[in-house]
Amino acid sequence: MLDPAKLRSLEDKAREVRRSIVEMVYRANSGHVGGSLGAADLVVALYYHLMRHDPRNPKWPERDRFILSKGHCTPVIYAVLADCGYFPKEDLCTFRRPGSHLQGHPYHVKTPGIEASTGTLGLGLSTGVGMALAAKLKGERHYYYILCGDGEMQEGQVWEAAMFASKYHLDNVIAFVDRNYLQTDGWCEQIMPLDPLASKWEAFGWRTCEIDGHHFVGIIGAVEAAKCERGRPVMIIARTIKGKGVSFMENSPAWHGAPPDREQYERAIEELDHGV
Amino acid sequence: MEYKQTRQGYVDALIELARADPRIVVLDADVSKATKTCDFEKVFPGRFFNCGVQEANMMSVAAGLALEGFIPFATTFGVFASCRAGDQVRNSIAYPKANVKIGATHCGISTGGDGASHQANEDIAIMRSFPNMTVLVPGDYEEARLATRAAAGMTGPVYIRLGRDQYPVVREIHGEFVIGPAKLLRDGHDLTIVTTGIMVSEGLEAARRLAERGIFARVLHMPTVKPLDEHALLEAARETGGIITAEEHSIIGGLGEAVGGFLSGVAPTIVRRIGVRDVFGQSGQGQELLDLYGLRAADIAEEAARLLVTAGA
Repeated sequence: MLDPAKLRSLEDKAREVRRSIVEMVYRANSGHVGGSLGAADLVVALYYHLMRHDPRNPKWPERDRFILSKGHCTPVIYAVLADCGYFPKEDLCTFRRPGSHLQGHPYHVKTPGIEASTGTLGLGLSTGVGMALAAKLKGERHYYYILCGDGEMQEGQVWEAAMFASKYHLDNVIAFVDRNYLQTDGWCEQIMPLDPLASKWEAFGWRTCEIDGHHFVGIIGAVEAAKCERGRPVMIIARTIKGKGVSFMENSPAWHGAPPDREQYERAIEELDHGV
Repeated sequence: MEYKQTRQGYVDALIELARADPRIVVLDADVSKATKTCDFEKVFPGRFFNCGVQEANMMSVAAGLALEGFIPFATTFGVFASCRAGDQVRNSIAYPKANVKIGATHCGISTGGDGASHQANEDIAIMRSFPNMTVLVPGDYEEARLATRAAAGMTGPVYIRLGRDQYPVVREIHGEFVIGPAKLLRDGHDLTIVTTGIMVSEGLEAARRLAERGIFARVLHMPTVKPLDEHALLEAARETGGIITAEEHSIIGGLGEAVGGFLSGVAPTIVRRIGVRDVFGQSGQGQELLDLYGLRAADIAEEAARLLVTAGA
C-alpha cells in the first residue's frame, strides 16, 4: 500500500514543511507554531498522497477539497500550498504582513488553494459540510477533508454540523480531530473535558476511528477505509503531539500562539535538520 | 386598505426564482411555518433543507453551498440571524463575500406577541456594520417580492428584512426594484421624510396630514439601507432642509444614524429619528405596539412640526 521509498519521501516532506512553519512564524514574529507542527503529518499525507488536486488548476471542479477548520494553523497549510506550487514560496515571507495574501487565518478570497475562510472555531466544519451537501446535490464524487482542532470540539456549532452531516448522509466528508489534548489555556481535559470523544462522534452517527496522527501508514489506511464508508460521514481522531519535531515545543501549551525568538528559532531548525 | 405579509412576498419570489434557476436553494432553522418557507418546501422538497434549531450551523452551511455554486437563501427570525448567528454571518458570509441571501422574518416591534426576545430591533445596525453586506428593508408584500428577486440577481451577501404582521399595500412603491436608489414618492420643499420598511405607509400618511396644515414634505423611501443612496439624501438636505427618518428599528445604528452620519459630513442638516427609543419591546398586538412605541404617521407629523420650529428658530 505504501512502498518504503514513498514513505521516506513523505517523511522528508513533513520535515521540510515543519522547517517552513518555524521559519514563517519566526519571520512574522507571530502565528501558531505548535498546532501547525502537530498537524504537519496529516496535511502532508493528504496533499502528497491522498488528495486529487492540481496546483496549476486550483479551481478544477473534480479536485478533493481540504478545509482547515482549526483556522489558526495557517502556517502548515501555507507551507504545503507554497511547496505544491499554488503560489511562490517567497510569499511565505509576507505571512501576517499588511498587503499579503497570507492572512493570519485562511481567507479563500485572497489565497490560491484555500477552499474556505475559517477562523472562529466551528465555522470550517459547517462550511465543509455545506460544500459536501452541494457536491451530493450535483452528483459529484470528490471528497471533503476537514481538519478540526480538539479544543474546537468545545464549540456548540461543531455538534450542530455533526447532526447535519449525519442527517444528510454525507459520506463524502472525511474529517479529522487533531487530538493533541492541548488548547490555548492548557490541557483540554482540565479546561473542558472532551473524552470519551470517539463515542461522542459515534453517537452522532459518524463512523469513527482513532489513529496515531504521526504515522503515515496509519493515516493513509484510515482514509482509504473512510472512502469505503457508505451513507455516513467519517471522523478520524488523530492523536498528535503539539509542537511535534521540535523537542522544547512538544506537548507544551506555551507554544500555542507564541513565536520563537532567534535562539529558539535556530535550535528548532537545527533539530529539524539533524534531529535532537 | 389592503394588508399583506412581507414574508409571503419573500417566499413567493423564492418559488418563482427556483422555477427558473436550479441554483436557488432554501434553508430554514425549524421555523418554516412561521417564515413561510414551508410553501417552498411543498413545491421543491429536494431543494429545501431544514437545519433544525441550528441557526449558526445554517449560516455556515449556506456559505458552503454558495462556495460550490448554489444561491442559498438562509431563512430564520431576525433576532437569530443577526444575534444568534452574528459570528457566522460575519465570518462565513460577509468577510468572504459568500453569495448567500439571508431572509430574516419577524423583524421589528410589530412581531408582536412573542415579546422582546423575538422582536429584532437592532438587526439593521448589526448587518450594516459588516463590510460587503447589502441590507434591504422592503415596505410591503410586493416590494419584498421584488427585493428578493433583486437579491438573487446580484452576486454577494444580502440581508432581507421582513416582518411577521400584515402590513398595508403601498402602490407607490411597486414597479421596478433596483438595489441602491431611493424612491421619491412625493415631492415637497419644507422637509423630507425618509422611510424604510413598513414605515413607508406611515411616512406617506404623515406627509398627507402635514399638507393639510400647509407643510409640504418630500417622502423618500429607502428600501436599500446599505448601500445608502447618498445622492438622493444630499439633494433632499439641500432642497428641503430638515430630515425626519422613520424605521421600525432602534434609533441606534439604523437608517436614522446612517442618514445622519452621512449628512453630518457633507451637508449638516437637522436629522430627527423616529424609531424604537433604546428600549426593549413587550408582548402585544403588532399594530398596537406600533402605536405604543410611537411609530405612526401622527408621531412623524408631530416631529416634523417640531423640527420646523427648531429650524426656524
